[in-house]
Amino acid sequence: MSSILRLRALVKHFPITRGIIFQRTIGAVKAVDGIDLEIERGETLGLVGETGCGKSTTARLIMRLLDASAGEIVLAGRDITRLKGADLKAARREMQMVFQDPHSSLNPRKTIGSIIAEPFAIHKLLPDRDERKREVQRLMETVGLNPEHYNRYPHEFSGGQRQRIGVARAIALSPKLLIADEPVSALDVSIQAQVLNLLRDLQRRLGLTLVFIAHDLSVVRHMCDRVAVMYLGKIVELGPNEALYGFPRHPYTGALLAAVPVADPTLRGSERRPLGGDVPSPANPPSGCRFHTRCPKAQALCAEQDPPLEDKGSGTLAACHFPLSREEVTQMGVRSAR
Amino acid sequence: MSPEPLLRVEDLHVQFPSEDGVVHAVDGITYQVMPGRTLGIVGESGSGKTVSSLTTLGLTRREGARVSGRILFEGQDLVTLPEERLRAIRGNDIAMIFQDPLSALHPLYRVGAQLVQAVRAHRDVSKAAARARAIDLLGLVGIPDPARRVDEYPHEFSGGMRQRAMIAMALVNDPKLLIADEPTTALDVTVQAQILALMERLQRELGMAIVIITHDLGVVAEVADDIAVMYAGRIVETSSAEQLFAAPEHPYTWGLLKSIPRLDGPREEELVPIPGTPPSLINRPSGCHFHPRCPYAQPDHARIDPRLEPLPGDPSHHVACLLEAEMRERLWAELAAGATPEQALAEVGVPGAPA
Repeated sequence: MSSILRLRALVKHFPITRGIIFQRTIGAVKAVDGIDLEIERGETLGLVGETGCGKSTTARLIMRLLDASAGEIVLAGRDITRLKGADLKAARREMQMVFQDPHSSLNPRKTIGSIIAEPFAIHKLLPDRDERKREVQRLMETVGLNPEHYNRYPHEFSGGQRQRIGVARAIALSPKLLIADEPVSALDVSIQAQVLNLLRDLQRRLGLTLVFIAHDLSVVRHMCDRVAVMYLGKIVELGPNEALYGFPRHPYTGALLAAVPVADPTLRGSERRPLGGDVPSPANPPSGCRFHTRCPKAQALCAEQDPPLEDKGSGTLAACHFPLSREEVTQMGVRSAR
Repeated sequence: MSPEPLLRVEDLHVQFPSEDGVVHAVDGITYQVMPGRTLGIVGESGSGKTVSSLTTLGLTRREGARVSGRILFEGQDLVTLPEERLRAIRGNDIAMIFQDPLSALHPLYRVGAQLVQAVRAHRDVSKAAARARAIDLLGLVGIPDPARRVDEYPHEFSGGMRQRAMIAMALVNDPKLLIADEPTTALDVTVQAQILALMERLQRELGMAIVIITHDLGVVAEVADDIAVMYAGRIVETSSAEQLFAAPEHPYTWGLLKSIPRLDGPREEELVPIPGTPPSLINRPSGCHFHPRCPYAQPDHARIDPRLEPLPGDPSHHVACLLEAEMRERLWAELAAGATPEQALAEVGVPGAPA
């Protein structure tokens, strides 16, 4: 058993209420609506999808920052879905998170040294002051910060450096699982590559298991071994990087990949038809396959039956009644297609 | 005879006094936009790309900014134009759309009312006529059922529809020039593709010129005819889009191209970040502003300030770099073949550079 994290039928519904004192539940935002996922030890899994697809909610459920409505989360063989108190605290030691915005995720009144030492303080590790300081400085060096800046405050650092501080804090306890939620989308282009290289380097050196959440499909392709594509609270396609980018089977994956602008004006002439419409509300998702309202291949069956996530014979699992063919992938203008 | 440029910016400087010193936001830039063409201005935060466009519309006037140089729009200098005459141009001949459509639309007014106001600010038409125009425009930018949606509030629109509504508002008076400041940065990738396709279609149908400001090289590659790359308040390279991606000349442009993963590139390609961080615009580096981060900088680059000059072989391609043209060509050839900056340096052997 080499899987480090297993999600089974994971569901998170946020209730929609009406009334001020006697709140009645009149519906639910189905942010995550039945996810099954296994993450192997040492791999990098990419979670991609557009705003509102449930990728960040999934991360928060795994971290137990939100309580699941149903389903289970198994971390290293142990069901952590409903842990409380000291047990939960112990489980949280095993997983850490890097957040999107390095400006709001660091306390402006604390020095870098105490920010990175916070995990040790919470878990009552390394009580000896000098020892703790040595360890923090070692971490700073690991992520490419100058250990002499131990006593500086977050505002004295640039965005890229702050993100390094966030990474140092996240790896302080040698977690089994690191979740990075859009770690580079708030950074300038020239700085993004610095943080991406750092994460990749740490992942290799420390054997980290990384869940990498991003909306930028080029970045995910660069970083991840396996990729899960989400749409309206469900995984619509899941597979190894090469297979998913080379031959996407779900029309939504195809549309996402075709929409990515590529830095090469000579490719501009190629026909691309952008996906029409907007993402429907997760409070009232379409019947059957949730993508059928925007899908160019939709037929009557799609509005009736929700397709299961199954092997389509080309390396990925896709939840689609009428998966894409190679010709269709080429016609859509998917630039990563093989 | 080549046609006259619609907009010509000449040696534009914009400075803001601050407590810590003078911020040199825009530091002597020159560019032009031809009618019906699209210019992409690429740069990172603080490169001056937004300030230069806000200045075109006179939107930096009130902040005590010191503006010098000329911004010629159809022969008029917008820098010295009195406010009321600039007002007649702003939102009429030149329109702008912003990054965040939610904060650019008034939350308490119906979308239609805001469009009607934009029409009537420049044209003496009845409310009914302005409303008809608003509905037409919402239809033109691809909002379904415009006659009904015109009476909705911005919060009832999705992110993509809000940006469409912003574009509709910009188009109200048939502008000759549309300035789009990061128009798709806040949007999802499929919606971004819709908006870019919409802008291209509108340009074809209405014949307006577009200045698109972005940090995303993929976006400019999709839509721009010409590209200007900005760094620390200056244009460091400008050329046609094809040339810029096929034969980039400035080490900063190389750095940008090598630091983004490409969807159609080899998956295991190594990203080469640009070392260091963008400079302060108060205490700017001496000489070439990029020299502290440039792997190929030589000792005298800290003293000499490069000028934006045309390439000997291609007068439409300008670059501000102190390296010799032949050396740049060889360095880029190495980098394009996958070499790191260090390997390229070792191969080409730039004299005086650190080994």
